[in-house]
Amino acid sequence: MKNSVWKMNVLIILVVAALMVIPLVMIKDSDFGGADGAAEQAVTEMAPEYKPWFEPLFEPPGSETESLLFALQAAFGAGIIGYGIGYYKGRATKRECSDEDSA
Amino acid sequence: MKRKRMLSFAAVVAGFALYFSLNEPNTAYAMHIMEGFLPVGWAVFWWVLFLPFFLMGLRSLKRLTKEQPETKLLLGLAGAFAFVLSALKIPSVTGSSSHPTGTGLGAVLFGPLAMTVLGSFVLLFQAVLLAHGGLTTLGANAFSMAVVGPFVAYSVYRLTVRSTGKQRLAVFLAAALADMATYVVTSLQLALAFPAASGGVLASFAKFAGIFAVTQIPLAISEGLLTVLVWNWLMVYNRQELNTLQSIKRGA
Repeated sequence: MKNSVWKMNVLIILVVAALMVIPLVMIKDSDFGGADGAAEQAVTEMAPEYKPWFEPLFEPPGSETESLLFALQAAFGAGIIGYGIGYYKGRATKRECSDEDSA
Repeated sequence: MKRKRMLSFAAVVAGFALYFSLNEPNTAYAMHIMEGFLPVGWAVFWWVLFLPFFLMGLRSLKRLTKEQPETKLLLGLAGAFAFVLSALKIPSVTGSSSHPTGTGLGAVLFGPLAMTVLGSFVLLFQAVLLAHGGLTTLGANAFSMAVVGPFVAYSVYRLTVRSTGKQRLAVFLAAALADMATYVVTSLQLALAFPAASGGVLASFAKFAGIFAVTQIPLAISEGLLTVLVWNWLMVYNRQELNTLQSIKRGA
């Protein structure tokens, strides 16, 4: 991979990491809770008489199971991305080699 | 040139410092609308609005995989990208967490309709297995994340490429603005269903969107950057497919 692209990608990862860490460091009195619970509260504020009319068919029994499922989701996706990039890289390298052979 | 770059870098840093210091932490609701939390009428309304896009998306996917079977893996990659990003609940400056959508990449590569289908699958998975979002609200959530997001991404990409010719900038803006647009639409959907007692829909929208937009800004920037990261890889190893896709889209 070209050097400049490498540098750019490393920089991107650093900036993204910083964007995640800065709020964690700057805001102390928050547990960074998920929005779902807070949204329930907001709707109850706006419309106190509103009753949800449908319940989730299945709900993870606890936060541990939920985080397992989220981790699986991310791992599954990352696996496919890794496979794809690896496949394309291998193909590109192979093509370069055969170009050199024929030249 | 170098000086100019330094200056703009300093400006960005200053902007962020200001943004982070001005923000009062408060609770945000920057995720999908929960199960049962839209009144029946609105739930049906968004389902009806969403379904035609889904059907057109299926048709566009079918045509794409038939005419260009070699792009299937790339399609899987775009779907996987949305899958990963929407699993990442990232802390934000408002003191709560939200997640990016990941629909920008696929929309730029394959056009918005293909991403409507892939994004809907991600939402369905989260609604059924994670109790995140919901089946009754799937129409509304899919409309914001899998219809509006990808269409915004695609238009922003086209406009930016046409006016500046800068691919990476276009990809960044497309992904970041699609992310923002998704959550602006979500707050609009909530505002329409739950207008404030005084001030009605507008006041309610101002409340929801005010919180949404602020929470989502750093995440949208992260999403834009991560999309450029994957784009960089694809440009190095995969120019051929990207060029075929470009020529298909031009022909269409």
